[in-house]
Amino acid sequence: MTIGVVTFPGSLDDGDAARAVRVAGGDAVRLWHGDADLRGVDAVVLPGGFSYGDYLRCGAIARFAPIMEPLIRAAHGGMPVLGICNGFQVLCEAHLLPGALVRNDHRKFVCRDQRLRIENASTAWTSSYQKDQEIVIPLKNGEGGYVADEATLDRLETDGRVVARYLDVNPNGSYRDIAGVTNERGNVVGLMPHPEHAVEELTGPGTDGLGFFASVLESLVAA
Amino acid sequence: MTVDTVETATKTPEQSQPWAELGLKADEYERIRDILGRRPTSSELAMYSVMWSEHCSYKSSKVHLRRFGELQQETPVGKLLAGIGENAGVIDVGHGYAVTFKAESHNHPSYVEPYQGAATGVGGIVRDILAMGARPIGVMDSLRFGPLDAPDTARVLPGVVAGVGGYGNCLGLPNIGGEVVFDSTYSGNPLVNALCVGVMRHEDLHLAKASGAGNKVILYGARTGGDGIGGVSVLASETFESSGPAKRPSVQVGDPFMEKLLIECTLELFAAGVVAGIQDLGGAGLSCATSELASAGDGGMHVELDRVPLRDSTLAPEEILMSESQERMMAVVEPADVERFMEICAKWDVQADVIGEVNESGRLTIEWRGETVVDVPPRTVAHEGPVYQRPYERPGWLDELQAAASSSLPRPSSGDELRSTLLRMVASPNLCSRAWVTDQYDRYVLGNTVLAQPEDAGVLRLDDDSGLGIALSVDANGRYAKLDPYAGAQLALAEAYRNVAVTGAKPVAVTDCLNFGSPEDPGVMWQFAEAVRGLADGCQKLGTPVTGGNVSLYNQTGDTAILPTPVVGVLGVLDDVARRIPSGFRTPGHIIYLLGDTADEFGGSEWAHVVHSHLGGLPPAVDLDAERELAEILHSASRDGLVSAAHDVSDGGVAQALVESVLRHGVGARVWVPDGLDPFVFLFSESTARAVVAVPHPEEVRFTGMCEARRFPHTRIGVIDDEGTLEVQGQFSIGFDELRRAHEQTLPSALGE
Repeated sequence: MTIGVVTFPGSLDDGDAARAVRVAGGDAVRLWHGDADLRGVDAVVLPGGFSYGDYLRCGAIARFAPIMEPLIRAAHGGMPVLGICNGFQVLCEAHLLPGALVRNDHRKFVCRDQRLRIENASTAWTSSYQKDQEIVIPLKNGEGGYVADEATLDRLETDGRVVARYLDVNPNGSYRDIAGVTNERGNVVGLMPHPEHAVEELTGPGTDGLGFFASVLESLVAA
Repeated sequence: MTVDTVETATKTPEQSQPWAELGLKADEYERIRDILGRRPTSSELAMYSVMWSEHCSYKSSKVHLRRFGELQQETPVGKLLAGIGENAGVIDVGHGYAVTFKAESHNHPSYVEPYQGAATGVGGIVRDILAMGARPIGVMDSLRFGPLDAPDTARVLPGVVAGVGGYGNCLGLPNIGGEVVFDSTYSGNPLVNALCVGVMRHEDLHLAKASGAGNKVILYGARTGGDGIGGVSVLASETFESSGPAKRPSVQVGDPFMEKLLIECTLELFAAGVVAGIQDLGGAGLSCATSELASAGDGGMHVELDRVPLRDSTLAPEEILMSESQERMMAVVEPADVERFMEICAKWDVQADVIGEVNESGRLTIEWRGETVVDVPPRTVAHEGPVYQRPYERPGWLDELQAAASSSLPRPSSGDELRSTLLRMVASPNLCSRAWVTDQYDRYVLGNTVLAQPEDAGVLRLDDDSGLGIALSVDANGRYAKLDPYAGAQLALAEAYRNVAVTGAKPVAVTDCLNFGSPEDPGVMWQFAEAVRGLADGCQKLGTPVTGGNVSLYNQTGDTAILPTPVVGVLGVLDDVARRIPSGFRTPGHIIYLLGDTADEFGGSEWAHVVHSHLGGLPPAVDLDAERELAEILHSASRDGLVSAAHDVSDGGVAQALVESVLRHGVGARVWVPDGLDPFVFLFSESTARAVVAVPHPEEVRFTGMCEARRFPHTRIGVIDDEGTLEVQGQFSIGFDELRRAHEQTLPSALGE
């Protein structure tokens, strides 16, 4: 199973995402923002970072990168796509996910080991978790506050599309403590915290993040 | 706009020139005229003024720094592949890997404009590491501010921290440690020292020189603008006067996104083998890059300044030469490789322009609109600047200061008094939790961070297969150095060495960032000379060469100099990072040992500072043999799995070490005062060459046997439990809620959540 990891200018966690794919047992394929070609991959990760310097608005320019055209098409066709942090911002800008990410309410960058509750364990990226399972993975962002209008938030709740919620503290002012959401079909997931930084005991707060990558590999095998 | 060409300079020898405003002294200006045999053009004057500034030329410090060059150019694990004099020293760490690390000050810009000053400090040191051919893999920051409750600290500190974080986070470099220290002498002159570490394969080493006539000189990266003009001469090499004009235009403005592209682009250029020589553009901008490259090469260089891409088309040639616009690099490229070079730059959207050519003229010539504006021997600009034998003298006030010993200060004696002293100490600005600062830094990016703050040292994995890794720590204690600069520098070295050693790493090499007051003050110059002598002697004894460093002088406000602050960085090597020792207690039942001897030493201590606002006497005794022995014990213990935690004992003594170790994972500890030791001395003395370790019960016999065989003092002082308290038997007990509140609330309450 091959999982593509896109590198935009300013992507930072692309190497980590590729490593996480390998640790989970998949093959990572590096994709370049300027190529309108997914190189036959089975799923795609949009990694964290500051694509195009986060100029204008986080993710606003990346959304128009040549790679996004086939990616958006594939996502509509059901291909699993995970956007982490900046990747989540890109997915919102590309309207593959509802809502937007805004500057943290306390106006500072924050890096911490964050406890989350997995609320939807049936997406392509969370099926290896149990519903309501609590995990700890790193969170690091300056603009990670998830916002959407009330109607959208209500719909997300009703449809079970809130993938993960912050526990203990809300680190960035996200509405309803939302840390991640999915699309209606459950193949596209956006997540503000960083599962790719929690795949080895040696370098992370634990290995709780591995499940995201294991999930998609399992779902691809099953498909 | 009339341009001052070499031709007009020759014809108008008497024209007055603004050499004083550019920071040159009268004799220096005369010397330039002697070298050239005429008056300099305004462009030449600009180049000499920035390159002969204290910051670039090390003219006051050079005669002392020679001591570092006399140290053995070998580390305990291998040769130095590049030493002092290059952008950064390069150390062989085995398995074909080499590591380069260096610290640099950005003190004055960070006072004027905290965010940009600190951000561009990080950017500059990262480019230094990149220019050696290495991939930058981590940063650290050593920060000093005025008192935490001073109004200006609330302006400077948040801006500096946001700048360090904003730039480093956007570059994708983990911040793995550093220092935050408060003292009133840093009020008008904060210290911002940024360190970067990089890794490369041996064969990837690149040096800054322009060789090979006909090779092209390429400037790539950001366009050149009017920012940072005279940064090194006007800002970094002068004392601040409160009444002077605003210096904000001398501060550079950073763009970390551009720097990230520059890093990836440069590494791809190296990999493609199209770089014959390279230099980063930092202080003194193009003046520095062109003259240093030409001077270190074997011939001359011709530059067409019109080809430099500008952000502001109205810039004059001297401004272009002095601009410190960030995110620029200069490469020397063989003609056949230019096309490939340009392709790689285009891939990364990095602008690149051929601006000149290497030749055999022996001169650096620069042309502007068809006329020659610079024609100089490059060595006179870059490497043969003025050298001063500044007068230095032991200051008269030192005897009195050293005589004012701390022994007469009232000490706590009852259990209750010790308890409240401990709570007051752990909440004090220099000892409280740094989370408010470090939570703004990304420590996870790149996926190789094995240990980061609040650990004693940062540990990074270099190689996934073998587990080869490095440990890094930066330390200084300005109060110790004020009491005795020779010992103070050695104490900084000893602490950084020990911080690396407690992770189980073998300490191998040293870098420094020497922050002092005005070299024109003989007392300050004496402090500097003594600190250099102390550091060099210490490195000799520990077998760790100084691989590079940075000097920052003129750190004073009016006549008041900062505490002499020699910041020392030590690099260690771990054969397998999986064997690293963390600092936090984790497992109930493990036995707590104190390694090393505890004496009654409170001169310059945190206790004397916090409780009595006292600074006097002598700092704790230095014992580098004991430090070395301690490091070997910890290295062996890590290799054989004999300890589960190890924490350095330094500022705040054993009490501080215990508090940090128990709070890390929220377990408890029951501790007893060793026979024959006064409880206060046991808890708060700052005797050196000590560490607190946790030993699993089954390993206790082996562990103590090893210490005995090495005749190293080791005292059983307690046991880890799960009671959620820190208990000192017969004295006091403190629950974690109270302890945590004391330790963690100080910075958030002072600076806002």
